[in-house]
Amino acid sequence: MSSDDAQQGEAGGEDQGRTVRVVLVDDHRMFRTGVQAEIGRTEQTRVEVVGEAADVDQAITVITATRPEVVLLDVHLPGGGGVEVLRRSAAMMVDPERPVRFLALSVSDAAEDVIGVIRGGARGYVTKTITGTDLVDAIFRVADGDAVFSPRLAGFVLDAFASTDAPPVDEDMDRLTQREREVLRLIARGYAYKEIAKQLFISVKTVESHVSAVLRKLQLSNRHELTRWAAARRLV
Amino acid sequence: MTTAPPRAETIYAPAPDPDDPPVRKLYRSAEGRLLGGVARGLAGHLGLPVTWVRIVFAALFMADGMGALLYAAFWFFVPLGVGGVETRQPVAGEDRRRLLGRRPDKGQLVALIALLVGAAIVASRFQPGRANVYLWPVLLIGAGVALVWRQADNSRRAQWLELGRRNKGLVPMVRGAAGVLLVGAGVTGIVVLQGSVQNLGSVLQAALAVVVGIALLAGPYLVRITQDLSEERLMRIRAQERAEVAAHVHDSVLHTLTLIQRNADDPREVARLARAQERELRAWLYKPEGRGKDEDEEPTTLAEAVRAAAAEVEDHHGVPLEVVVVGDCPLDEALGAQMQAAREAMVNAAKYGGEGGAVQVFAEVEGRTVFVSVRDHGPGFDLDAVPADRMGVRESIIGRMERHGGTARLRAAPDGGTVVELEMERAEDRERTERRTTGEAEPE
Repeated sequence: MSSDDAQQGEAGGEDQGRTVRVVLVDDHRMFRTGVQAEIGRTEQTRVEVVGEAADVDQAITVITATRPEVVLLDVHLPGGGGVEVLRRSAAMMVDPERPVRFLALSVSDAAEDVIGVIRGGARGYVTKTITGTDLVDAIFRVADGDAVFSPRLAGFVLDAFASTDAPPVDEDMDRLTQREREVLRLIARGYAYKEIAKQLFISVKTVESHVSAVLRKLQLSNRHELTRWAAARRLV
Repeated sequence: MTTAPPRAETIYAPAPDPDDPPVRKLYRSAEGRLLGGVARGLAGHLGLPVTWVRIVFAALFMADGMGALLYAAFWFFVPLGVGGVETRQPVAGEDRRRLLGRRPDKGQLVALIALLVGAAIVASRFQPGRANVYLWPVLLIGAGVALVWRQADNSRRAQWLELGRRNKGLVPMVRGAAGVLLVGAGVTGIVVLQGSVQNLGSVLQAALAVVVGIALLAGPYLVRITQDLSEERLMRIRAQERAEVAAHVHDSVLHTLTLIQRNADDPREVARLARAQERELRAWLYKPEGRGKDEDEEPTTLAEAVRAAAAEVEDHHGVPLEVVVVGDCPLDEALGAQMQAAREAMVNAAKYGGEGGAVQVFAEVEGRTVFVSVRDHGPGFDLDAVPADRMGVRESIIGRMERHGGTARLRAAPDGGTVVELEMERAEDRERTERRTTGEAEPE
């Protein structure tokens, strides 16, 4: 992964001194321990793990009790998977006072898993190979209401929204703008936000807003394109 | 007629025991059968022409209907097979399923006894001279029974062929109902012919009451049994899948773990082994059935080629390569050259830029343009600083791309590292060529 400490400092720039409260949801205890250690190993530990859960029911209990800012959510969980957790905490996600945001963190490569949790309301998706600094960076981004796309997720989205002969049902929603596609392409190529900003001569904030727009389209657009895409890959 | 049951037994006895090592078992034929596949199965088993067996059955039928009973017995006890004679198929679990199908279950026995009792009753009521009056009801009953049996047969065969696919319940239900109706009509006909025409109404009422009573009593039990059965089937499928996964895990993952333990002091080798195993497992878990699961296969599409090249470089240099592919298309000559250039770029990235983290490979097919980028996080690379006699990049990447009508660009990534971007137009596929020849405008 691409970012280094300098980038991390920038991403969390205005949040210096602030601690993000995180709940870890993963059915593998070894992985939870690993993530704890990984987060603790970064230079400024500004992430506090306030709770852990190993299945869907536990997750809902812990999230309701602790009301964290970010939930690191595994896609495969006993009791219905990450999608079920998202479904059952829909009310907490839109709470205007203290919204709980979800960052999917999975070892899975399957597109339907990835797209599934994103459509379920997760603010981002990173794979478990992510480094500690990148993960902290992603947690802060999600806590700020931003979207976090891994290169692979960007690839999936580009694939799903690929231009086709069939006219989209909803022109505004089913198409990505040229700029959004460019941003996604650069993410898929492994560029960090700051690098994308340099490359396209725009500000990091603009990159963030493009990514957020893509996420919104992904979550809200009618199912036409996504369904067709999934069907073509024998996912549904 | 009362001798029929023992006869059925003696017929069953010569059939080999299911626990014996099967040499040549008798199966009913699932293909080309007229009714239950008994005759064809027997013919296959005995090595006789089907027609002969059928004639024998028909002849026996003339002798007090013995042929029909024999046929029924065969139908009950002999499991359905493929082609009449057992053909050994190396399909996992096939044997077990055969055995399951072979065991005559209680329901079949009960049905057989009921049939025999019914046949005996009917036969005892036959009076010479009136037999032809009973012909139609008996035929009706026969048709109904055949319909229902054949139905059970079909569903079992379907179950064998595609385990787990859920039955679309409507057609079987209609057929079952039609069979019951036919049998009911036949029985009613016989009762009516017994001379109780004036009591038809009350007979029908009584019959209905009995049927409803039986349904009430047995209904929940039957539903329960059906549920249990489908649950059991599901469990069996799961177990089979698990066994398959376990076999794979056993073979390759444990092997890799052993190698990793042995090479614990060589972090490069450990990383290489782990990456290779991870890739293989992912391919096995997430790739669609039967597509590129075998790494030895020659890639035929761009996505496969990119992944294969990355895997190879990863294995060789022990540097992780993260591959993202958007879209796919078949490989042609120009794309083959692009793949070779991309592979060269990956090797360079792994060799000189691998220390800074994973090498990122991105390939996209958009319309006719195929774009590949390889990005490393190494110290960077200045083409102008490379001596003119070093031809690696100039020839095998830039030169190769240009010879095939593509472009290659090397530049420094914004935050360190090198980016190699390769762009190539792919050959027009046949469809587009045809469109052009018919004078249609080519979209650019």
